[in-house]
Amino acid sequence: MATASVATHDTAHDHHDHEHHDNFVTKYIFSTDHKMIGKQFLVTGIFWAIIGGFLSILFRLQLGFPEMNLEFLRPLLGGWIDESGALDPTFYLALVTMHGTIMVFFVLTAGLSGTFSNFLIPLQIGARDMASGFMNMLSYWFFFMSSVIMFISLFIKTGPAGGGWVVYPPLSALEQAIPGSGLGMTLWLIAMTFFIASSLLGGINYITTVINLRTKGMSFSRLPLTIWAFFLTAVIGLLSFPVLFAAALLLVFDRSFGTSFYLSDIYIGGEALPNTGGSPVLYQHLFWFLGHPEVYIVLLPALGITSEVIATNSRKPIFGYKAMIISMLGITILSFIVWAHHMFVSGMNPFLGSIFMFLTLIIAVPSAVKVFNYLTTLWRGNLIFTPAMLFSIGLVSFFISGGLTGIFLGNSAIDIQLHDTYFVVAHFHLVMGSASFFGLLAGVYHWFPKMFGRMMDARLGYIHFWLTFVGVYMVFFPMHYIGIAGFPRRYYSWTNFEFTNMYTDLNMFVSVAAIITFSAQFIFLFNFFYSMYRGRKATLNPWRSNTLEWTTPINPGHGNWPGEIPTVYRWPYDYSKPGAPEDFIPQTVPLSATPESNLPHEQEQVKLEMEIMKEESEVLVANESKH
Amino acid sequence: MYGFLIAVGVLLLLSIIWMVYRIQTLVSVVKGSDKKIATGSNKVNAILFVLFLLGTGILMFWYSIKEFDNYQLPVASEHGVITDQLFWITMAVTGVVFLITHVLLFIFPYKYQYKESRKATFYPDNNKLEIIWTVVPGVVLAGLVISGWMAWSDITAPAPEKAHVIEIMGYQFAWDVRYAGKDNVLGDYDYRLTSAQNSHGVDFSDKNSIDDFPSPVVVIPKGEPVLFKIRARDVLHSVFAPHMRLKMDAVPGMPTRFWFVPTKTTAEMREELGNPEFNYEIACTEICGRGHNGMRKVIEVVEPAAYQKWLSEQKSFIQNNPALAKGLESDVKELAEIQ
Repeated sequence: MATASVATHDTAHDHHDHEHHDNFVTKYIFSTDHKMIGKQFLVTGIFWAIIGGFLSILFRLQLGFPEMNLEFLRPLLGGWIDESGALDPTFYLALVTMHGTIMVFFVLTAGLSGTFSNFLIPLQIGARDMASGFMNMLSYWFFFMSSVIMFISLFIKTGPAGGGWVVYPPLSALEQAIPGSGLGMTLWLIAMTFFIASSLLGGINYITTVINLRTKGMSFSRLPLTIWAFFLTAVIGLLSFPVLFAAALLLVFDRSFGTSFYLSDIYIGGEALPNTGGSPVLYQHLFWFLGHPEVYIVLLPALGITSEVIATNSRKPIFGYKAMIISMLGITILSFIVWAHHMFVSGMNPFLGSIFMFLTLIIAVPSAVKVFNYLTTLWRGNLIFTPAMLFSIGLVSFFISGGLTGIFLGNSAIDIQLHDTYFVVAHFHLVMGSASFFGLLAGVYHWFPKMFGRMMDARLGYIHFWLTFVGVYMVFFPMHYIGIAGFPRRYYSWTNFEFTNMYTDLNMFVSVAAIITFSAQFIFLFNFFYSMYRGRKATLNPWRSNTLEWTTPINPGHGNWPGEIPTVYRWPYDYSKPGAPEDFIPQTVPLSATPESNLPHEQEQVKLEMEIMKEESEVLVANESKH
Repeated sequence: MYGFLIAVGVLLLLSIIWMVYRIQTLVSVVKGSDKKIATGSNKVNAILFVLFLLGTGILMFWYSIKEFDNYQLPVASEHGVITDQLFWITMAVTGVVFLITHVLLFIFPYKYQYKESRKATFYPDNNKLEIIWTVVPGVVLAGLVISGWMAWSDITAPAPEKAHVIEIMGYQFAWDVRYAGKDNVLGDYDYRLTSAQNSHGVDFSDKNSIDDFPSPVVVIPKGEPVLFKIRARDVLHSVFAPHMRLKMDAVPGMPTRFWFVPTKTTAEMREELGNPEFNYEIACTEICGRGHNGMRKVIEVVEPAAYQKWLSEQKSFIQNNPALAKGLESDVKELAEIQ
């Protein structure tokens, strides 16, 4: 063991010596440095977030102000604004579809997991880089290609895919049914194929790196919860994304090669199609087999980031570290066996509905445990409200609000009425959309000093937080009311039905709140790009945090640590330990150096630790003399 | 002009943000607050959390109470009463949890805001607590699930044999309704027989289809079980009758069904709501294309006697359009014309 570790140190030295001749292309574009790839994912994710958010503003204009003349959007939307200045209903559907696709996959999967898994895994486990830097680079460039194709699909004549982000066939399979199912849908499928490849390349790397490249002493029981979250997220992605690929592939066959996996008994456009024997419900099963785990793919990294940020800024260990890990493991496993709760009224056997109702409500238990643990972490802490901390507290609030409405929807009897209404929209935008988005923002604020060596402006962060936090509630909370009132999703207007011909005032309010919230994000954008170049210089460990990334130089090069990779001697949450002079003890401080604050069982470990250290130094000395 | 004004507005906004930003940066440098662990804004944020709690809490209660009659749709089916009850029980349970957790979540930041003199309590775990808040939610959820499951089993159980059978077929972008007629059995259909005259693709060589008849409105009797046989002929649709608390996808190639017992006639509901214009409606809740938001069908609930009278007045498909019987064997044809 000792020799092995010395060997890695040696190669690490070599590695470090090699890395001073990066040119622009290898440093910023085809970089294999996990930190740069993380930043690439982040900037691309931010780009998509602006697009995705902007699309939602367009359809909120239609919903909040149906009478409004949108002529001023003609330069941008061209023919999608008709002669009377109204938005085209088909394009409205394309807008909601692309908003969903972009936000779920390009922002909250690639932007969140891609950014922070890449950036933090090697830094927090003590590795020079990912297991395969090249695969990691490929992962980004597959994502980039996917982005380019999806972006192009926004501008084609027949419009982008318009069958909802779930793209259920037959609607998504038949061009006769909706124009977006032509070229737009083809591009959607190609883009998603690249996206899946990107996710898999990334995921394999994250898993391998966490398992194999942890530094000495970094056992699984000493991993920060962020890493646990990224690790489990990658496992979920690796197991579920291929199923989406299968679903997409069969859809491609149905669309282009005349098969009937999902198509049966269809009479459309005045003719009966030859397809028989297929099942649209099969697609739904396959889609949600990814689709539900996907919720946790976007949520778990956010929860991991929150755990780290809340612990650091409460100056307290995260409460129930083990319980948090067990909860995440529970969520990981259960996330695979709840998918059909999206399909209670899809026509599948009601008995299956009963089974999935039981499984679904079980998954609420580990989620509840996590919330209670966050609350207990705050309890009797010494709370510092950095912007990251504010966003983390906001995340917990959204997680509670959106999580509780999940208990309604997971109950198949109640879901009959609520399914595909605005209640669902409110539910998942809070629990998955906004919560994960807040996790992303918390992560950016917290690790910005490590990414760019400068601090973001805290006060702009506060303004950004309060506008966004209040804004998000003003947008999504009212949707519960119109959801209970039965307003269906993906409706271009509400005037065709008596039961929905009301709440125009509330919809207007929601739209205004959405516009304000969206505008508030420009404060963040300014803060982000300005601070990158002109922000206050960061110190080594600005949040006085325990984890390993803060032991690297302020601007770590490729390889992260100029010298040896530090060894880890304790878990990452020794905050405010009784007896310790400071309120934090970094993971690299040996237990033997802190006899005043060691707990009884740690005192026993000191002996073992001393022995290992002694052995280690002997080997090192022997090694030196050989040279 | 419009674009110019927007540009000026944006520019103005940006410059204001810029100014505010520069000023407060300079102020913080002068104060030296960038070197402190927690500045005065720590307290401001702590107070804002409490204000947020109070403000949004009041707003929520005020609006929920004021608007109750608006968002609480009247219910007109037997199972709907039960699912509504489940909904409000769940609302009570989750509401309590919602309030308690949020009060804690926003009070803690105020109470435990940073003080240099204080040290946070080192409290890494407590297995007893973990077990409590695993088991308690588990038990509460089990209660909710079991009551939901019992309701779900009843709702999805096979329809009573005497249920009135009505076929609802969705297509872009409307619903077509077919009644089973006197025999209460729908005739076979084949999507390849669909045509402008025969929108359901009914197979008239099946004797059961002879007395089937169409209707522009879904007329159903109060207090008697009704079985909707649901299908679609092009893409997915979903039958949603909000007042009946009924929803079921219409799937091409896979017929689905939903049965229920309406409890109030349209006339009774009109009187109850004081709205003479009121109608029960069916909407589509599965995205189906351009006209998704316009697939309206009216349900008319009438007294059973009125329903029987209405039934006897209806003319079958073939009576409406004798051409449909073309090509049928003569005895079937005769039968069809007598009906």
